[in-house]
Amino acid sequence: MRRLQQQEPEVAQGEIEEEEVVSGVAEGDEVMEDADDGREYSSSTPTSTLTWISWFCALPGHEYFCEVSEDFIEDDFNLTGLNAMVPFWKEAMEMVLDVEPDEDAPKIPDVSIVEASAELLYGLVHQRYILTRAGLQAMIDKYDGGSFGSCPRVYCNGCNIVPCGRSDLPGLDTVKLYCPNCNDIYTPPSSRFQGVDGAFFGTTFPHLFFQSYREIAPAPFYRPPSGSSSSMSGRSSGSPQHSQEGRHTAFVNPNPHGGQKPAAGGVYQPKIYGFKVSERAKCGPRMQWMRLRPWSPEELDEVDSRGRWIDDDEEYEDEQEEEGEDKQMGEFDNVGIL
Amino acid sequence: MLRRAVEDNSTGSDSDYTNSVWISWFLSSKGNEYFCEVEEDYILDRFNLTGLNTEVQHYSQALDLITDNLDDDIQDEIRSTLDVQARLLYGLIHARWIVTARGLAKMLEKYKRADFGRCPRVLCQSQPLLPVGLTDVPYEKSVKLYCGRCEDIYSPKSSRHGSIDGAYFGTSFPHLLFLVYPNLIPPKSGPVDFPALRAGGEAEGSRRSRRARDEQEPPSDIVGEGFNTTSVALKAERYRPRIFGFQVNEIAKLQRWQEAVRDKQVARLDLLDEHGLM
Repeated sequence: MRRLQQQEPEVAQGEIEEEEVVSGVAEGDEVMEDADDGREYSSSTPTSTLTWISWFCALPGHEYFCEVSEDFIEDDFNLTGLNAMVPFWKEAMEMVLDVEPDEDAPKIPDVSIVEASAELLYGLVHQRYILTRAGLQAMIDKYDGGSFGSCPRVYCNGCNIVPCGRSDLPGLDTVKLYCPNCNDIYTPPSSRFQGVDGAFFGTTFPHLFFQSYREIAPAPFYRPPSGSSSSMSGRSSGSPQHSQEGRHTAFVNPNPHGGQKPAAGGVYQPKIYGFKVSERAKCGPRMQWMRLRPWSPEELDEVDSRGRWIDDDEEYEDEQEEEGEDKQMGEFDNVGIL
Repeated sequence: MLRRAVEDNSTGSDSDYTNSVWISWFLSSKGNEYFCEVEEDYILDRFNLTGLNTEVQHYSQALDLITDNLDDDIQDEIRSTLDVQARLLYGLIHARWIVTARGLAKMLEKYKRADFGRCPRVLCQSQPLLPVGLTDVPYEKSVKLYCGRCEDIYSPKSSRHGSIDGAYFGTSFPHLLFLVYPNLIPPKSGPVDFPALRAGGEAEGSRRSRRARDEQEPPSDIVGEGFNTTSVALKAERYRPRIFGFQVNEIAKLQRWQEAVRDKQVARLDLLDEHGLM
């Protein structure tokens, strides 16, 4: 059964967008040779110019998908376990790979059933493919091109974001977007992504992606440029001995496995008539911690694996743990209006 | 063309009880959904406009245009710039109006209808947003949206909102709103409390159901005594990055550090609360 939808009008518009992705896939050249078998069948119909995969990735709302190489799909090892999750497995495989079905195979009465299966199959294979070297490469090309958009949070300064699932099982939640700067997830800005299953990207992808490309991952520490610390208040006073480090020279994260890009570390400070809202007010800030970064990487080690402060800081050695904290965010206490 | 229509109607609506035709037209224009109606009484009180004459060119004509009192025989070259100046003037008046008691109440209605959109952060569960400026000076920064749940600010999704001047809302507005209506401070977890939101300050019953909001304070300037927000941060949900189910080391470390900072703040606030200093 050949795919007639490929001739639908979306193709024309989608093709243009998709072109850059196809050419952006670095290993595409090798892939094409292997994929020739599948293609030969398609090309026997003169009208069919696109593979099912190209067509699928060009549909509106499918902008986040990259094209999975056909040899990846054809390798049974990569599909282990998926046949139990996808109904009409054989037909779906044929559709995705543009293979002519057997003449004597029983026909599925409704094409839309197979289409749904093909989408599920492609999505689940996509989840696995984007964790491979080739898949990560295909996704970073899209990332660099800004295909996934940027973080809506103002203080992330337009950091590019990547698609993310909240579950690896299909049918549970739609695709979200992960920002490596604030380490948080966001709903895509357009409703056309609300039909895209998050499992087609998976829970692991964004984090493996930023582990693999550490140069685009923001570091976990941030020192505000001197003189303008007012907008990032709420952070700890920091250890003076670390203050010489920072961004005067080339940026280096001493953790070679961590993010190597300077972070956008600004934290919003609510103000009323120019005065910071005190944390002592009921409506005072309670969530700045979630966006805060220490000034230096060493400060991260001041908290142990159970989330407790390792109490060796002379700043509060004389005081009990709870009472000593006043100093840490002292900035709030004096400036608030309430 | 629109100016024409405004002028045609202006003579009739002068004595009218309702607001000016220009304002109605402005509010109904696409992209101006964030603005609320400034009551004409407020605009006509010159005290409220103190200092704006230095910010706006052709100030008195712009004011006349807003209030539908513009003379028909105004010079054409002024008229062409007047529309821009009238928008600027309305925006600056708007910033002052929405921090008055009546302005807050009007914006509250819009907040309850989620006219400003909803928080894009997944774990904020579609919390309605409030507009906020990053500066009170016009022509510097566009409007942003403040989420009362994650207490962070976001850029509007649509570019037609992204080009609105933030000074037309001002830096204080959302924080003053929650200062005046502390019972509307969103909870840090759980779904958005729609019944309470819709009913606002009026329906006592629905507010009773709000988590930790048992007291029924009137929606007045009095800060409610019946609940405290010292430890609400502990209830906030976070996203935890994982690779094949395992936490990512550096991010997990940062998150532990952030949570330790949070715990310090909670301990500090609880202590202040104990001593009656909150």
